[in-house]
Amino acid sequence: MMREVAIIGVGMTKFGELWDLSFRQMIIEAGARALEDANIDGKQIDAMYVGNMSSGQFISQEHTASLIADHAGLVPIPSTRVEGACASGGLALRQAVIAVASGIHDFVVAAGIEKMTDVMSEQATGALATAADQEWEVYAGATFPGLYALMARRHMYEFGTTEEQMAMVAVKNHSNACMNPCAQYHMKITVENVLKSPPVVLPLKLLDCSPITDGAACVVVAPAEKARKMDRVPVLVAGTGQASDTISLHSRQSLTGLRATVEAARMAYKMAGVGPNDIDVAEVHDCFTIAEIMAIEDLGFCKKGEGGKLTEEGQTEIGGRIPVNTSGGLKGKGHPVGATGIAQVVEIVQQLRGEAGKRQVKGAEIGLTHNVGGTGGTAVVHIFKRGD
Amino acid sequence: MDVGIIGYGVYIPRYRIRVEEIAKVWGEDPSRIKQGLMIEEKSVPAPDEDTATIAVEAARNALKRAKIKPQDIGAIYVGSESHPYAVKPTATIVAEAIEATPNLTAADMEFACKAGTAGIQACAGLVEMGMIKYGISIGADTAQAAPGDPLEYTAAAGGGAIIVGKNNDEALAEIEGTYSYTTDTPDFWRREMRPYPKHGGRFTGKPAYFRHVLSAAHGILRQLKLTPQDFAHAVFHQPNGKFPCQVAEELGFSKSQIVCGLVVPKIGNTYSGSTMIGLAAVLDKAKPGERILVVSYGSGAGSDAFSIQVKEAIEAKRDSAPKVDDFFNNKIYIDYPTYIKYRGLLVR
Amino acid sequence: MAAPRFWREIPNRYNLIGTKCGNCNKVLFPPRYICPHCRRMGKLEPYKLSRRGKIVTYGVVHVAPEGFEDQVPYVLAIVELEDGPRLTTQVVDCDPNEVKIGDEVELVFRRIGSDNEDGVIYYGFKFRKV
Repeated sequence: MMREVAIIGVGMTKFGELWDLSFRQMIIEAGARALEDANIDGKQIDAMYVGNMSSGQFISQEHTASLIADHAGLVPIPSTRVEGACASGGLALRQAVIAVASGIHDFVVAAGIEKMTDVMSEQATGALATAADQEWEVYAGATFPGLYALMARRHMYEFGTTEEQMAMVAVKNHSNACMNPCAQYHMKITVENVLKSPPVVLPLKLLDCSPITDGAACVVVAPAEKARKMDRVPVLVAGTGQASDTISLHSRQSLTGLRATVEAARMAYKMAGVGPNDIDVAEVHDCFTIAEIMAIEDLGFCKKGEGGKLTEEGQTEIGGRIPVNTSGGLKGKGHPVGATGIAQVVEIVQQLRGEAGKRQVKGAEIGLTHNVGGTGGTAVVHIFKRGD
Repeated sequence: MDVGIIGYGVYIPRYRIRVEEIAKVWGEDPSRIKQGLMIEEKSVPAPDEDTATIAVEAARNALKRAKIKPQDIGAIYVGSESHPYAVKPTATIVAEAIEATPNLTAADMEFACKAGTAGIQACAGLVEMGMIKYGISIGADTAQAAPGDPLEYTAAAGGGAIIVGKNNDEALAEIEGTYSYTTDTPDFWRREMRPYPKHGGRFTGKPAYFRHVLSAAHGILRQLKLTPQDFAHAVFHQPNGKFPCQVAEELGFSKSQIVCGLVVPKIGNTYSGSTMIGLAAVLDKAKPGERILVVSYGSGAGSDAFSIQVKEAIEAKRDSAPKVDDFFNNKIYIDYPTYIKYRGLLVR
Repeated sequence: MAAPRFWREIPNRYNLIGTKCGNCNKVLFPPRYICPHCRRMGKLEPYKLSRRGKIVTYGVVHVAPEGFEDQVPYVLAIVELEDGPRLTTQVVDCDPNEVKIGDEVELVFRRIGSDNEDGVIYYGFKFRKV
């Protein structure tokens, strides 16, 4: 990197069905919390990148970057919307990091937001499906759970992964969410609950799927040299990686992992000078339970095919070898698609600062976030280190 | 005539509903209906099937037997009373799906249940005059019947396709002659914008079906100087099992002459598909040299009669596509609620 | 949607017309407009694909998207065609419990969807077990 970059403040709304809050109220709330956490004034913000997947479909509003700058009282700073389906938040952070690293800007807000409950759930499902290939996947009757079910079935076939192992991902993430005040669900579930939940696209059942969620999250990105002079423990962005893959699943060689995750992780690990074994805590993209199993394999926490086993052994629980989704993940905390990538950073920053309360991973110094767009057409990985 | 059948193919949806299942809903005695109509079950289209998909599958099967280049097809006619569009041809969908576009003529036909055989005559005329090399006529329907109407027991889905060309070595059968009998007889109709047909009850019998089928049959026998004994097989339009048997008896055909082409007990009345599928069932089994009498019937009303003689080429072509028996045996039974859901009769 | 979006895909969806690169000989479906392997050196030409293939993976849809509600439960699958390319499709006319990875399937012509009650009807490929 041209210059070291740090996260100096984080903030998010509660995630859930926020019927009483509008899009603009949500982003203002998250932004104000991030600035308060960073202890800086709005006047100091130089630029903003907003991760937002589909405001056009969810609230019939495009041009949300301007809307947010306006309602945050931040005009005339440059404000840019970044879209990469469910990876929009992660991409917004990466743009903010690049902007600060380059020296063009000093204080940059990376925001993520999605208001999903202003449409009926069928419309929300349809909006999410626009992240898949409309001409050749959605056309054939595919939905997002459908496409992940195709990966799950193949993973089960090739590696013997079981529906119970997938269910254990949901059980763990719900358990973690119970310790996160911002999470959508504060409800423990059992493997049996998952297995007996209504079928969505088999082998995936309702409790294998992340919910429809409203939420916003913001982080403040700054040069590390300035961060070190501030009160808070600075959290350095040690590595950033992003990769693309075919938008449609059927065009890929492998259906049991995401090449974009592997490539983005390789890039981020190399930049940070660390490997999978160095990671103390990770927030991964568990839009479906199978997605977490594939992610922990693709990120190198275990060998390909052993993600189910690693989960079953409890190694991804808090206290395990590599705690994954301590926030509750997309499954337990909720998945406001554009906000997810930023909310993951909120969790890792809190963990590395030692501020994660009951879900704190003891002595966590290096953390990772992994955010996926679509079925893996986009993946973005960031690695963070305590900067003190 | 110097016209032959170059290929034939059928398609019948896989779903079936038994007479018992429908009778149960309306409190009727299934054994009386089965006996009265001589029908056991009928085919039901899947929710994603319609006349266009059935016509395409039948045409593709006919092409497998014909072994001709689709680009050599000069005319496509699709006869149906359940075209998916009121305006916009089914025939163009078929033309594109069998890669026959763009140098051909195409049109949809409607003459109740006989539009498919009307298409055969049109193709035969165009071939005879040298305007086209091959023509394909398809009769296909997803027949509508109002719930509770006696038609509900028989109104089925299926289609047959016949490829017509010169009567040369490629021809699996020769069309020796054709004769039609037509009058204005309103025995069965469906008005514009109405979902279900209406019918004249017993009026659909004597003055309608019987008068036209018998007249067309007598006409062609007279024209070609043939008698029922000259035919190995006869196929009559089959709105139910009883009518074709009665008409055969009246004409002097025996049971053994019509058994091969009597498909209605197993699949119901496929309307425009009915006579076409009956002919296909005979071609599936007939020997070279055997002669077949085919008489369609369309309400409104009219009948087209054909005398067809099977040729050597049948042996080489017959096994190239699924046979009517294959469709008979490949079935999934559904219950009445599933049936009305598949027919789109449940309003959400 | 306006009709052209579907109309222009008719050959591909009715008859599995994909593309083949004359440079690397790879067969591609859905059709592509530049070879992803050879890029500008590629020579793409229309290529008619085989209508048979095998199920690579599948799922059973119980919660369907708009327009597919009447068909649940239905089988959504990735099929690998004999020529190599894979596609996403429905496997129809079968009991979802009887579908397995590796099952042989063949193309059928079906109604895919339509623009409301009074709009254009879209047709295309689905598959059924052989």
